[in-house]
Amino acid sequence: MALSHLASSSPSRSANLLKPLSSVISLRRPISTDTTPITVETSVPFTAHQCEAPSRTVQTNAKELATFFRDMVVMRRMEIAADSLYKAKLIRGFCHLYDGQEAVAVGMEAALTKKDCIITSYRDHCTFVARGGTLLEVFAELMGRQAGCSKGKGGSMHFYKKDSNFYGGHGIVGAQVPLGCGLAFAQKYCKDEAVTFALYGDGAANQGQLFEALNISALWDLPAILVCENNHYGMGTAEWRAAKSPAYYKRGDYAPGLKVDGMDALAVKQACAFAKEHALKNGPIILEMDTYRYHGHSMSDPGSTYRTRDEITGVRQERDPIERIRKLILSHDLSTDKELKDIEKEVRKEVDDAIAQAKENPVPEPSELFSDVYAKGLGVESFGADRKEKNSHGRHLDNTRDDPSGEVIIGLCFHNPLPA
Amino acid sequence: MAAIFQGVGAAATLSSSPSNSFVPKKFLTSPRRSFSVRKVPSYVVVRSDGSVNFDLNSKSRRAQQLVANAVATKADSSAASSSSNPGHELLLFEALREGLEEEMERDPRVCVMGEDVGHYGGSYKVTKDLAKKFGDLRVLDTPIAENSFTGMGIGAAMTGLRPVVEGMNMGFLLLAFNQISNNCGMLHYTSGGQFTIPIVIRGPGGVGRQLGAEHSQRLESYFQSIPGIQMVACSTPYNAKGLMKAAIRSENPVILFEHVLLYNLKERIPDEDYICNLEEAEMVRPGEHVTILTYSRMRYHVMQAAKTLVNKGYDPEVIDIRSLKPFDLYTIGNSVKKTHRVLIVEECMRTGGIGASLTAAITENFNDYLDAPIMCLSSQDVPTPYAGTLEEWTVVQPAQIVTAVEQLCR
Repeated sequence: MALSHLASSSPSRSANLLKPLSSVISLRRPISTDTTPITVETSVPFTAHQCEAPSRTVQTNAKELATFFRDMVVMRRMEIAADSLYKAKLIRGFCHLYDGQEAVAVGMEAALTKKDCIITSYRDHCTFVARGGTLLEVFAELMGRQAGCSKGKGGSMHFYKKDSNFYGGHGIVGAQVPLGCGLAFAQKYCKDEAVTFALYGDGAANQGQLFEALNISALWDLPAILVCENNHYGMGTAEWRAAKSPAYYKRGDYAPGLKVDGMDALAVKQACAFAKEHALKNGPIILEMDTYRYHGHSMSDPGSTYRTRDEITGVRQERDPIERIRKLILSHDLSTDKELKDIEKEVRKEVDDAIAQAKENPVPEPSELFSDVYAKGLGVESFGADRKEKNSHGRHLDNTRDDPSGEVIIGLCFHNPLPA
Repeated sequence: MAAIFQGVGAAATLSSSPSNSFVPKKFLTSPRRSFSVRKVPSYVVVRSDGSVNFDLNSKSRRAQQLVANAVATKADSSAASSSSNPGHELLLFEALREGLEEEMERDPRVCVMGEDVGHYGGSYKVTKDLAKKFGDLRVLDTPIAENSFTGMGIGAAMTGLRPVVEGMNMGFLLLAFNQISNNCGMLHYTSGGQFTIPIVIRGPGGVGRQLGAEHSQRLESYFQSIPGIQMVACSTPYNAKGLMKAAIRSENPVILFEHVLLYNLKERIPDEDYICNLEEAEMVRPGEHVTILTYSRMRYHVMQAAKTLVNKGYDPEVIDIRSLKPFDLYTIGNSVKKTHRVLIVEECMRTGGIGASLTAAITENFNDYLDAPIMCLSSQDVPTPYAGTLEEWTVVQPAQIVTAVEQLCR
C-alpha cells in the first residue's frame, strides 16, 4: 500500500524513496498511534535567568503531533465560532478569545498530569478544553445554559473543572496568582508531588499581588510555576508602555525564569516539563511565553487601533502555532495535506454540532439564582434577610409557617460535624 | 433584679445566668448535656402551653427535662456546673485558642496563616504555642502581604484545606477586599457549586483604646453585602470558642469578628466539646418592654445600661445578634412580636452599617408588630480620633442607651 501510494504521489515525494526504510514504513501506520520518537529542534533557544536553560532538542512522536494539531484546530475553530456567536448576540458580556495562543495551552497540557493544577485568567476557554472540558460545556456556558461547566452562572470568565484540577477562570486581573500559590501550598501540605501552573498576562505582570505571592512561595518552597502569557498587549497598552522592564521572566529576581517561544507547542512542552521538575525540587520558577493573540483583547476591541494589521498578518504567516505543527507533520511525512484538511473539516463539524446542541439547551431554572450561594454545612440552613430559604425548623423567613400546630419551636442543631 | 451578664464565673466577674430569674417554674434546668462530636440533629421543642418536649429525630416526642435556655449557651451552667462538670475558667483569647487548637487536632486539614501567628504566638496571643505544637507548615508566618496571603488561603481552601486566615487587625483586610469579595464569596457560585471555600477569616476590629483612626475600623459594614460569606461576631469566651469551632467546620467562608477590647474577658466554659450555631442569635436577657439588638463590645454597654434601666423599672430584652450575615430574623422576630419596640445598638458607623441593614430587614418583615419606629444607635460617621474624650464620644455609651430606651418606651 505504501508503495502504490509512493508511485502515485507527486514528484516532490520521490525524495522519500531515498529516505531510510523506517520512515517509509511509518507511512503505512496511521499517524495517530505511532509513538516512534521524533527529535525536533525548537524554533528559538530558551533564554534563562538564574538557571540552566533546557535543551532546544525536544522529543516528540507522531501521535503527540497529531494530538497537538487536532487539539489546536479544535481550539481555533471554537474561538472563531465564539466570535460569530457573540456577534449574533448569543454570547453576551465579555468574551476574551485565545486564538493565536493555542500552543501554550496544548504544550502545557502535554507536560502535565491531571494531578497538577492549572489556574488562569479570563482568557480561559482553550485552557479549559485542554484540561478535558467538552465543547458543549464551553458553548453552553458562553450562552448561559444549564449544560455549561458552571451551570450557566459563571460565563466566559468563569470556567472551572474541578475533577481535572482546572481552577478557572478569573475576571480580576492578577487575582488568580495568589490563588495559584495557595493551590501550590495545598499540594505541598498534602504532599501531592504535583505542581501548580498559575497563568497571567503581560498586563497582570505589573500587579503587586504577584510579587507578594512569589515572595511567599519562594519563602515556603512551594511548587508554584508562574507563567506569563506575554501577548505583548495589556488590552490596548503595549508592553513597552506598561512595564519598565518587559523582561517578565527576569522579574522574579531571586526566582529563576525562562523565556519560551509560546507559538511553538514543543518548546512550551519542554519548558513546562523542565519547570515542573524544577519547582518540585527548588520552589517557584517563572515562565514567560512569548505569544500573540489575533483577536483584540475582547469582542469589543477590534485589536487594530493599537497595532497594525500588518503586524497581525505577519505573525499569522510566520509564527502561527497550527501551521508550525502542520509543517512538522508534513515534513516528517506523518500525514498528508488532505488528511489534515479532513481533520479540520471534521473538527468544524464537531464544533457546529456542539453549538447546535448548546443552542437547544435550556436556560437555568429560576431557582438556580439562589443555589450555590452557600454550601450546606453543619446541617444548618441559612436563614435570615434573604427570605428565600427555610430555616432549619422548616419555617419561612417571614415567620409564616406551614403547620399550624401551635408550637413555638426553639431549636438547636448539634450536627455531626465531620464530613462524610 | 441584678444586672445580668450572659456568663457564669466567679462572683467577682460576671454574675449568673438569667435562667434562674425568668424561667417559669415549669421549666427545669437539667445537667448540661455532653456533646459528643457525633451528635445527630436534635431539637428542643417548647410548646406554647409551656410544656417542653425534647425531640429526637423528629420522630418521637417524649416529654423530658431539658436545657431551659434554648440558645446554645452555658446559661444554666451555674446550676449545671454544680451537678455535672465544673468547666474551666479562661479568658476570651484563650477560648479562641482552645477552639482553634481542638479543631486543628481534630482535622489535619486545618491550618493557620497570618502575620506573626507562628513563632511570635500571635499579636493577641490567640495562636500562642500552636506553632510549637503543630509545626511551621500548619501555623504559617506570612510576610506583610494581606492581599496575597488571603488569596493563597482561598486557593488552598478550593482544594479542600481549611485555612484560618488571621488579619492582625481587621482593618488590614481591606487590602484583601478583592480576594474576599470576588474569590472567597463568589467562587462557589460562579463555579456552579464545584468549589467550596471552607475558609475562616478572623481578626480583631472595633474601637480600642486610642489606637487611632486606621486601627479602629469596623469592617462588618463593608463586608456585609458580599454574597456567599457568613459573618459572625463573638462577644464572650463561650461563644468565641463555639463560633470559632463552628466556623472552622462550616463549608462556607466565615468571617469571625473579634474585638480588641474583649480579649481579656474571663468566663467559665464547659469542658465538653460544643459549638455555637453560626446563624443564631443569643438571648442575653429576656424581657418584656423593648428589644435591644446588639453585638460584640456594645453588648456590654447595653448590659450596663440594662442595670440602670431595670432600676428605673424597665424590662429590656437584650439579644446579642452574633450572626451579622445572615441575620437571625427568627429569634429577632419572636422578640419583636413580644415587645413591639426595637433599639439597635452597634459600634458600626451610622451610614451603611449593620444597624442600617437590620433596621431595613426588621421593617420589611415585622412592620405590623412595631409600636414605634426602630431606633438605631451607632458610632458617629467620623474617623476615630486619638484623643480619649473624643474617642469616647464616637461610640455609643450606656447613658445614651438608657435615654434611647426611655424615649422608645414613652
